[in-house]
Amino acid sequence: MSAAERASVAPAPSPRRRWVPGVLPGFRPTLGVTLTYLSLIVLIPLAGLVLKTAELSWADFWRTVSGARALATYRISFGGACIAALVNAACGLIVAWVLARYRFPGKAIADSLVDLPLALPTSVAGIALTAIYSKGGWIGRLLEPHGIHVAFAPAGVVVAMVFVGLPFVVRTIQPVLLDLDPQAEEASCVLGATRLQTFRKVIFPALLPSLMTGFALAFARAVGEYGSIVFISGNMPLRTEIVPLLIITKLDQYDYPGATALAVVMLAGSFVLLMTINALQAWSRRGLHG
Amino acid sequence: MADAWASAHEATRSADVALAAVPAGGDNRLPPPAMSEPWPVRLLLIAFALGFLGLFVVLPILSVFLEAFGQGLSTYVSRLAQPESLAAIRLTLVTASIAVPLNVVFGVSAAWVVSKYRFPGKSLLVTLIDLPFSVSPVVSGLIYVLMFGRRGVLGPWLEAHGLRIIFATPGIVLATIFVTFPFVAREVLPIMQDQGNDEEEAALTLGAGGWRIFWQVTLPKVKWGILYGVILCNARSMGEFGAVSVVSGHIRGETNTMPLQVEILYNDYDTVGAFALASLLMGLALATLVAKKIIEPRQFRR
Amino acid sequence: MNVSVKNVTKRFTAKGTPAVFDASFTATSGAITTLLGPSGSGKTTLLRVVAGLEVADQGQVFFDDRDVSRVPARSRGIGFVFQAFALFNHMTVRRNVAYALEVRGASEEEKRKRVAELLALVQLEGYADRYPRQLSGGQRQRVGFARALACRPSILLLDEPFGALDARVRVELREWLMQLHETTKLTTILVTHDQDEALELSAQIVVMDQGRVVQVGSPSDVYDRPRTPFVASFVGTANVLRGRVEGERVALGSLSVSVPSGTRDGAEVRAIVRPHDVRLAKNDGEQAGRSLGTITRMVGLGAHVKLQLELPSHDPVTVQLTRGEADAMGLAVGDKVVVDLAEAKVFVEDYSI
Repeated sequence: MSAAERASVAPAPSPRRRWVPGVLPGFRPTLGVTLTYLSLIVLIPLAGLVLKTAELSWADFWRTVSGARALATYRISFGGACIAALVNAACGLIVAWVLARYRFPGKAIADSLVDLPLALPTSVAGIALTAIYSKGGWIGRLLEPHGIHVAFAPAGVVVAMVFVGLPFVVRTIQPVLLDLDPQAEEASCVLGATRLQTFRKVIFPALLPSLMTGFALAFARAVGEYGSIVFISGNMPLRTEIVPLLIITKLDQYDYPGATALAVVMLAGSFVLLMTINALQAWSRRGLHG
Repeated sequence: MADAWASAHEATRSADVALAAVPAGGDNRLPPPAMSEPWPVRLLLIAFALGFLGLFVVLPILSVFLEAFGQGLSTYVSRLAQPESLAAIRLTLVTASIAVPLNVVFGVSAAWVVSKYRFPGKSLLVTLIDLPFSVSPVVSGLIYVLMFGRRGVLGPWLEAHGLRIIFATPGIVLATIFVTFPFVAREVLPIMQDQGNDEEEAALTLGAGGWRIFWQVTLPKVKWGILYGVILCNARSMGEFGAVSVVSGHIRGETNTMPLQVEILYNDYDTVGAFALASLLMGLALATLVAKKIIEPRQFRR
Repeated sequence: MNVSVKNVTKRFTAKGTPAVFDASFTATSGAITTLLGPSGSGKTTLLRVVAGLEVADQGQVFFDDRDVSRVPARSRGIGFVFQAFALFNHMTVRRNVAYALEVRGASEEEKRKRVAELLALVQLEGYADRYPRQLSGGQRQRVGFARALACRPSILLLDEPFGALDARVRVELREWLMQLHETTKLTTILVTHDQDEALELSAQIVVMDQGRVVQVGSPSDVYDRPRTPFVASFVGTANVLRGRVEGERVALGSLSVSVPSGTRDGAEVRAIVRPHDVRLAKNDGEQAGRSLGTITRMVGLGAHVKLQLELPSHDPVTVQLTRGEADAMGLAVGDKVVVDLAEAKVFVEDYSI
C-alpha cells in the first residue's frame, strides 16, 4: 500500500499530507546521484568562476574587455560567425531541401556526411582545412594565383566556421521540411500558383522560423569554436585572432583575471543567444501547429 | 547554443526515421511528380548540394587520409608508433573509458528522476543538463582552471595536499566529463517521457521492487537510446580538443590526448605523424556516423 | 461545364492491384456527382486525376469537349477542397481566401471586394483577420470552400470535405453545402465513404469498389436497384441470406425462390433485404414453422425500434420498425413472428435476377 492509500484508509483526516513526488521507487537514489554529479561537475566549478569574477575590479575588467586587441577579437569572432552562419543558412537550406525531397544515388551517404562536423575532433578538422586551403593545398593552389588568401587570413576563419556550423542548419530544417503538409502545396498549385510562387508564399514562410533557429545555432557554435580555427587562421592578433584564443593566451600568461573577464563576456553573449534560440524555437513550434 | 548537438541529433533522428519509413507502395512523403520542380531545377539543386558537401566534408576526409598515407604505409606505422603518440592514444582511451560509463550512470539516473517524478526545480535541473552545449569549449576548460588551477580557488589547498588536477589526468577527465555528460541524458530522457510510466506502475502493482522494475521493465525499453547516447558521448570524449587543451598543460608524453597530440605534431612540422593520428580520429568519426545510421531506425521501433 | 472521365487507369505499384482501373463516368453540368466507396476503393485517386494532382496511366479526362488529361493542375481552372483543410497556417483567413487572386496579380481593390463576397457566402464575415489556428474545424473548412471558389472555377472537387469533422458538425455542413450549391450551381464532384451523405446530396452516385466503377445512377437507382451484392450492402444497411441453387429453386431462410432455367446447379445465391423492408406479422398459429422467426433482441433507438430475429434456418435477420408499428404489435423478446422477405433482391452469383 502506498503512502497515499494508507492515508485514505486511515479514519482521522490529516490536514497536511506528506508531499509525494511519485509512486515509483528510487526517487532518493536517482535524485541523489543526479544532484551529486551535477554539483561536482557543474556547480562547483561554476562557483569558482563566480568567485574569480567577483575578485575583478571593475576598472580591470573594463580595461581588458574593451582593449583594442579584445575588440578586434569580437569583430572577428562575431563578424566571422555571422558570415559563416549566413552561408550555412543559404547552402544548408538547399542541402536540406535536396535530402528531404529528392531521390538520387548516394543520398544516404550524403545524409550521414552532414553530421561529420559534429563527430570529428576539431583539431583534425583544423589541420585538414589548413592542408586544403594553404598555398600548396588542393584549393589553395587554385586561389592563391588570383590573390585570394584563405589560409592565414580572415577568410580562413570563416571557412572553418562554415564547416563546424554546417549540420546545424540542415538538421534543424530537415524535419520541418519533412513535416510540411503536402496538401498545402497542392492547394497552392490548384489555386494557380507556379512552383516558384508556391515556394515563396507557402513553403518558405513555414520554414522561416526553423531557418532562423538553425542560423542562431550555427552562429553560436561558430562563436565558441576553437580547435578548427586556430590552425587555419594563423592566429594573428588584430587580424585573425578569435576570442577563445585570446582567453587561452591570457591563461598561458597566468593572467587569470583577464581570461575570466573575457570568459564573462563570452558567457553573456551565449546567454543572449540561448534566450534568442529558445524564443525562436517556441515561435517555430507555435507557427506550425495551426 | 541550446540543444546544439542534441537538437541536431533530434533532427537527425526524425530525418532518418522519415527516410527509413518510405512505404513500399510509393513514396508518400515526396509530393507527386505533378507538384515538383522541373527536372533541370532539381538537377541543379542536387548538384549544388553535393558540391557543397563535397567541398566542405568530403575534401577534408580525403585530405586526412592522403596526407597520412602519402609517404607509404611503413612511414605511417612508424610515425604512429612514436612513444608520445602511443601515450596519447592510451590517455584518450583511459579518459573515455572513465567518462563514458560515469555519464551513462548519470544520464540514466537523471532521465529516470525527471521523467518519473514531480518535484520543484525540475526545469532548472534540465537547464543545467543542457548547460555544456551553451558554453564555448574553452570556457568549459577555463572554469576548471579557475577552480582547481594553481591560482584557482582550491589551488592552494590542493597543492598543500600534493594533489594535482589541472595539468594532470584528473583534470582532463573532469573537463571531458563536463562537455560530454549531457549526451546520454538527452537521448534517454525524451524516450522515457514518451513511453510514460504505465508499465513501471503495472510492475509495481504486481509487487516488483525498484531495481527489478528498472532492470526488467525500463532498461529493455530504452537500451537503444542508451546505446545511441553512448556512441555520441564516446565520440566527443575521444575527440574533445578545446576544453582539454585548456586544462592539460600539454606535457609531452603525459597529458596529451590524441587531439592534443595532433596539434603538437603539426606544430613540430611532423606532418605525417600528425595526420596519422588524425586518421585514427577520422576513422573513429566515420565509424560513429555509420553506427548512428544503423541504430537510429531501431531507436524508433519502440 | 460537364466532366467526362473515360477509361482511366492509375497504378502506384508496378505489380499488384491498380488504384483505379478502367473507370468511366460523366458528371453532369451544374449537379453534384458523388464518388462513393469504402477506403481503398480508388475514389480519392480518381478525384485527384480529375484535378490534375495525379497523372493517369491510361484514359482521359474531358471538361466539356476539351481533353485536359495533359493540362497541369494549376491551369485546369478547378476548385479543390481537401479533407484536412490544407489552409496556409501562416496566413490570415483573408490572405488564404485571396490567394488565387494574389498569384494572378489582382489589385488590392479586387482582392478586398472578392474576399468580402466570399466570406459573406460562407457566413464567415468578420473572420478575415483571424488565423486558421483560431478557428474551429467547421470554420476552417468553410474557409477552404471560400478559397477554392475565389477564382470562379467551373468545377468544384471535394475530397471527403467533412471527414475530419465531428459528427454533428458534419451534418450541419451537409445542409450548408446543399444551400451553397443552390447558390453557385457549380458542377461538383464529391468523394465520400458516408452513404448518408451521398444519398442526401447527390444527383448522381458513382459507386466504386477496389478501383473499379461498379454502378452509376441516381440515389434511388443505386438504393432500390443495386446491381451487385456489394452495392446493395454498401449503400444502405442490408441483411444477407445465402443459399445454393438446387434444381430450379433455392431455399433462403423462409423464402423459396425460383431461378431462371439455365442457372448453374450449385451456384451461389444471395438475397439482400433491408431491415425496413422486412414485414412482420403476429403469429396467430396458422403459419407453418418455416416462415416463423424468434425475436432474440429488441432495442429502442429514438424514432424506430431495431429487432434481431432468428429464422428456423438459424440465419440472423435485423428488422427495423417504426415506433408506432412496434407498439401496435406489442412484441417482446422470445416471441415468434411471421417473417415476410418478399422485398428481397436476389442475386445469382454476382448478377441480380
